[in-house]
Amino acid sequence: MKSLHARHDPLADTGFQLRVLTQAEAEGARLVPFAQRLRESGLLPLRPTTLQTMQLNVGKMCNQTCRHCHVDAGPDRTEIMTRQTMQLCLDALARTDIEVVDLTGGAPEMNPDFRWLVEQISALGRQIIVRCNLTIIVANPKYHDLPEFFARHGVRVVSSLPHFSAARTDAQRGEGVFERSIRALRMLNAVGYGVEGSGRMLDLVYNPSGAFMPGSQAALERDFKQRLAREHGIVFNSLLTITNLPISRFLEYLLESGNYESYMQKLVDAYNPVAAANVMCRSTLSIGWDGQLYDCDFNQQLDLPVAAPAPQHIRDFSEAALSARAIVIGQHCYGCTAGAGSSCGGATVNE
Amino acid sequence: MEKATYYNPADLAKFGNITEWQSEMGNKFFAYYAEVFKDGALTEREKSLIALAVAHAVQCPYCIDAYTTDSLQKGADEAQMMEAVHVAAAIKGGAALVHGVQMMNKAKELAM
Ligand code: SF4
Ligand code: SF4
Repeated sequence: MKSLHARHDPLADTGFQLRVLTQAEAEGARLVPFAQRLRESGLLPLRPTTLQTMQLNVGKMCNQTCRHCHVDAGPDRTEIMTRQTMQLCLDALARTDIEVVDLTGGAPEMNPDFRWLVEQISALGRQIIVRCNLTIIVANPKYHDLPEFFARHGVRVVSSLPHFSAARTDAQRGEGVFERSIRALRMLNAVGYGVEGSGRMLDLVYNPSGAFMPGSQAALERDFKQRLAREHGIVFNSLLTITNLPISRFLEYLLESGNYESYMQKLVDAYNPVAAANVMCRSTLSIGWDGQLYDCDFNQQLDLPVAAPAPQHIRDFSEAALSARAIVIGQHCYGCTAGAGSSCGGATVNE
Repeated sequence: MEKATYYNPADLAKFGNITEWQSEMGNKFFAYYAEVFKDGALTEREKSLIALAVAHAVQCPYCIDAYTTDSLQKGADEAQMMEAVHVAAAIKGGAALVHGVQMMNKAKELAM
């Protein structure tokens, strides 16, 4: 599979994606506009609470091309954050009390300045999360020492593993991904990641491999822990369940499989005002590979930057100005507010 | 226009409407139903797979639709779901066959 970008697919154009999303809003009166639901919940305009997390998308390059990827990442993507832009992020970070820096991509490890960036953030004493796709660790000998590198800098590793069965994982992420992911998990376990009492945190991310929502996070965590321990001798800390948002390659899948309307309807029907109050954009700032500022990684992938007059680029970072902004919302946001909610940290509401 | 089938997938979403014509019994049923599917001595996923098997045994298209989705949502994979269907098939097939003993008894009673 190739990225939408490489295939010159109309969906590679984010304007086209937004039209698909809003057209459904206009046609089907059943699909209530997200803004209306937020207003009914007393949350419009959606405002930030406190800025806890800076999420850096250090590039769209990835060794995989998963079918559900909301970034449309892949080996052909060349967008990559430069060390200069990283420095601007570090300068901004140093001026704040932001606790967590969340590094994502693509495969963030493929950015040539990735290790330098981790060292700098670590020197600033902030918690670092790396969204590691696992297979990168075994993709090339130059990545084999990543588990030790992560451990040295106290990185919390958050890794996608769609299912404890090879078939369901490979269906979403590509042939052979499960087997390579298991090898990488063993390497992480070997340096203490996921092992109780080690302090080295390894969380797994569950994304449904299809047009359905995630089930109970606690129940799935229990199943994953049992099966991975029994069948592969693997341990981890928590399972984070994340709902697939109807954008980019998951939108392509929904449209091609004829599931788009029913999936949107499911998300709309499952709107939960408590989850809406806890959406991650209220406590996160997302920064693109080129230094542009966004409310979240999803808005970033839809080319929806933070609303003016808030600063648009990390070089103009101002916590005060950003905290007064209204968060940009759209129909895709239903993915964050359905059921127990969904964010980069998993479900947002305890069931 | 004449309907192509007695079953319309959209009717599944209207299941809750059965309370309109008998709210007391309907509400009791749904309260009981919700209680049955809660995590208990069996996990929610195990219950969903049982429901999927029963749906096949009673051949209810609504329940097959609902519990296929629900099983996937609860983290079941295709192998588990197909095995559940085989459990239903084995019990249904076995139930037919085991009555063969009655047939044999009766035949022996009647035949010389
Ligand atoms: S989902 Fe993650 S691992 Fe898969 S292609 Fe996208 S960025 Fe890469
Ligand atoms: S998609 Fe982004 S902006 Fe919308 S609710 Fe989710 S985190 Fe917030």
